[in-house]
Amino acid sequence: MLTEIPILSLLIWVPLIGGFLVLFGPGDKQLVWSQRISFVISILIILLSGWLVYLFDGSSGQMELVEFARWIPSLNINYSLGVDGIAVPLIVLTCFINLLVVIAAIGSIKFRRAQYFSAALVLTGLMNGVFVAQDAILFYVFWEAILIPMFLMIGVWGGPNRIYATIKFFLFTFFGSIFMLVALIYMGSVIGSFNIADMQQMPLSMLEQTIIFTAFVAAFAVKIPMVPVHTWLPDAHVEAPTGGSVILAAIMLKMGGYGFLRFALPVTPDAASEYAWLLILFSLIAIAYIGFVALAQEDMKKLIAYSSIAHMGFVTLGIFIIFNLSSLDASSMALQGAMIQMISHGLISGAMFFSIGVLYDRVHSRNISDYGGVINSMPIFGALMMLFVLANAGLPGTSGFIGEFFVILSSFQADWRIALVAGTTLVLGAAYSLWLYKRVIFGKPLNDSIERLEDLNMREKFILFSLAALIIALGIYPQPLIEIMQPSLETLLQLTDTKIAELNIEGAR
Amino acid sequence: MFTQSLATAPQILNSVSHDFWPLLPEIFLLSAASVLLLIDAFSTDMDRKLSYKLAQFILLVTGVILLFQFPTSQDFLYHRHFIHDPLSATLKISMLVLTSLSLMFARPYILQRRILRGEYYLLHLFALLGMMVLVSGSSLLSLYLGLELMSLCLYALVAMNRREKLSSEAAVKYFVMGAIASGFILYGISFVYGVTSQIHVADIAAYLSDNEANLTLRFALVFIVTGLAFKFGAVPFQMWVPDVYQGAPTSTTVFLASVPKVAAFGLAIRVLVFAFAGAIADWQNLLIILSLLSMVVGNLVAIAQTNIKRLLAYSAIAHIGYFLLGIIAGNTQGYSASLFYILTYAITTVGAFGCLIYMAKGQQEISLIDDLKGLGQRNPWAGLLVSFLFLSMAGLPPFVGFWAKLEVIKAVLNVEGLIWLALVAAFMSIIGLFYYLRVVKVIFFDKAKNEARIRAERSLRLGLGITSIAVIALGLFPTQLLDFCQKAFQYI
Repeated sequence: MLTEIPILSLLIWVPLIGGFLVLFGPGDKQLVWSQRISFVISILIILLSGWLVYLFDGSSGQMELVEFARWIPSLNINYSLGVDGIAVPLIVLTCFINLLVVIAAIGSIKFRRAQYFSAALVLTGLMNGVFVAQDAILFYVFWEAILIPMFLMIGVWGGPNRIYATIKFFLFTFFGSIFMLVALIYMGSVIGSFNIADMQQMPLSMLEQTIIFTAFVAAFAVKIPMVPVHTWLPDAHVEAPTGGSVILAAIMLKMGGYGFLRFALPVTPDAASEYAWLLILFSLIAIAYIGFVALAQEDMKKLIAYSSIAHMGFVTLGIFIIFNLSSLDASSMALQGAMIQMISHGLISGAMFFSIGVLYDRVHSRNISDYGGVINSMPIFGALMMLFVLANAGLPGTSGFIGEFFVILSSFQADWRIALVAGTTLVLGAAYSLWLYKRVIFGKPLNDSIERLEDLNMREKFILFSLAALIIALGIYPQPLIEIMQPSLETLLQLTDTKIAELNIEGAR
Repeated sequence: MFTQSLATAPQILNSVSHDFWPLLPEIFLLSAASVLLLIDAFSTDMDRKLSYKLAQFILLVTGVILLFQFPTSQDFLYHRHFIHDPLSATLKISMLVLTSLSLMFARPYILQRRILRGEYYLLHLFALLGMMVLVSGSSLLSLYLGLELMSLCLYALVAMNRREKLSSEAAVKYFVMGAIASGFILYGISFVYGVTSQIHVADIAAYLSDNEANLTLRFALVFIVTGLAFKFGAVPFQMWVPDVYQGAPTSTTVFLASVPKVAAFGLAIRVLVFAFAGAIADWQNLLIILSLLSMVVGNLVAIAQTNIKRLLAYSAIAHIGYFLLGIIAGNTQGYSASLFYILTYAITTVGAFGCLIYMAKGQQEISLIDDLKGLGQRNPWAGLLVSFLFLSMAGLPPFVGFWAKLEVIKAVLNVEGLIWLALVAAFMSIIGLFYYLRVVKVIFFDKAKNEARIRAERSLRLGLGITSIAVIALGLFPTQLLDFCQKAFQYI
């Protein structure tokens, strides 16, 4: 009986409706109630996501827990939901991060707090929607709708230059995705269905594939973000409030990677394999060059933003290296690496932004030069941040290591030069992370106010310790995560493979 | 279909129909408006509360009659000058609803200004009557009759605030431009009559199915399309739009920006699709140019605007460009996409201009974008609803503007060789997003000049509520309206 409850719909609509309830219900006047409601809803969706993992079988690699309702029959657009092993970890991550954002907001957001809670909850619902939608237009609706609460979040609670940042963020992402919409409508009207699975099976000529692939890359590369179109991210990250940065880094960037896996690879495999070299090139630029850029940053948030771009370079590298790999095992390993990197980066970058938020709430500065010797007044925080910094640098035993290791290992089988460039991250990542840590945490206290800083309070302890526990757990024992993803990734590889094979046979004739 | 109607034509000609049931909404509206004119003439109440209520009541009754006689077939009646089909009924009902909404916004606005009260409502009613005749016209004469009745009332509505310089200027501009447009259309009609010696749309269609469109007829088509473009405000015939939208009393702009566009859509369909279906290749190319220019110019110029009314005017021009995409597609699916587009745009634009009335205090007008500053703080509800309207215009899901844009892009993608136009439309909507976002930014992120909370009259709250909730509700559940639009074209 329990399996008949539409859990995926609940994961979308509970936070969404909850968000509006907070906004229009108690509001700022009865802040306590707004907090309570948001907190309860956040706990509720974590339980729901846990239940999702329990219900999810995952051995088949197919869509599970499918829900279907007719939405717009005349256009054949349906409310169809489903999850596979790629989506489940991301949903769990989304729900988890949401709770932390809500808890952190209680301390660090000073005005219009109820609206902030509601924005966070609405965002969570919509992001879950992106990960479970099985209809291309439904996917697009969630994908675009996310921009609105994020736009407001950066614009209302952001830093001094927030308006420039938020409009830039909105326009960049919209620019990418509007062409994806045209591509989706085109495919939908050719096959008469907007079902993603149908699009994956759809035969497309090389020209069509190239154009559609370009549209997909425009949408997903902006979101991930990839090198030439990454400039919105540092701005958005720097200006966003802590929670906004966390959601951006931990989840919204993952939507780009998810889009590549769900659309670009299976729908346009030939174009993807044709242009894989280009995307690999950009990924390598992101890893190596952006690593250097991160080294030069004076602003802590900007530094982490650039390190995010570098880390997401591993995701795209892992996704597109599969076209240069001959064995299925190696390809599967590359995709696993990309997925683990996404989850792990979600945790690590979230933790880093929360840590910076902790400092910012106390000192109200993001400049590295305003800090120094924080360890003297905040020992617990210093210890935790050490862990996060090392994870960011990819230390074995933390989750940051596994994803990068998998991707480097599999790219070594493709071309040792790619692996060599990718390997520079081990040096660069350690350099900028540890240097940041050294300048901020170590040394003599810079001034009296640093000396008098209070260490973490209960809320902050809860947030940072839970993230630390997950980072270590995933670093030591990633097997459960891999087991959930493995069958779906293999199905995905088959989808990517068979289309190429079929077309090759047709070409040979 | 046209041949069928031709076959039955002689019988209709022989027996004059005495069945006035299909014409009842127009008859009722005309007589009721005339009675209201009398009542208003003897009214002593300066505020004309009764006239307003009666006008809304007349609209309601007309709407009820329309719903009762909603046609299930396509009939050419009264010497085939009048067409009674689902399309006309659909358009009439939508125009009624929009007129009623405009009146809701108009009442508080004109009460605060020295504008004649009773006449203002009456002109709305007569303009609506003209538009109803227009969308039911099935001969070039009845089409022109409806068009002129509508236009004359609109000229007067623009000029209503006669003590305002800007308003009078706008009225003169609108009148001159409108008269030229009507002249173009009439000139084209005379050419058509000269070549085909037919005046009924069905007969012209029959002529075109037997004969090639010769040069004179194409010439006529150019004239008619030009006139239409004037009425729509499509580039390069858009010059009057920003000036008139800005100069007219805001409540007139509400009406002017929405309802006549729907009526003009009816005119376009009757002329281009019913009469000139045979010359589709000719008008398609004309419309492609109009649409392309409107999208590009409208969106680009809108960026530079600081006056909110002018911004909305240029955005209206851009929207006409998108809207034309559906007609360009040249099939039923495209027409219904266009209908959906124009209906949803009309609802949105009523709300968007309505919000300017909502914000206006006393005699003061909202003219600059900066005047919207801090609306989100001063009145969170209104701020949210207004930003819904603007985001819907930008074509963002989950608002209805998204589906409108999706529909027209889908329609044009299905036409061979027009994919580039869809890409241009997509690209221009990014530019469109920029200036809509600027308005949302002003509403939510900027500090208010004065912190006073905004309290508006009930009818304004109602009007704004209806439009913005329609925008979000239709965005979440567009099925019904989509079907409604598709059914309107089942006989084409």
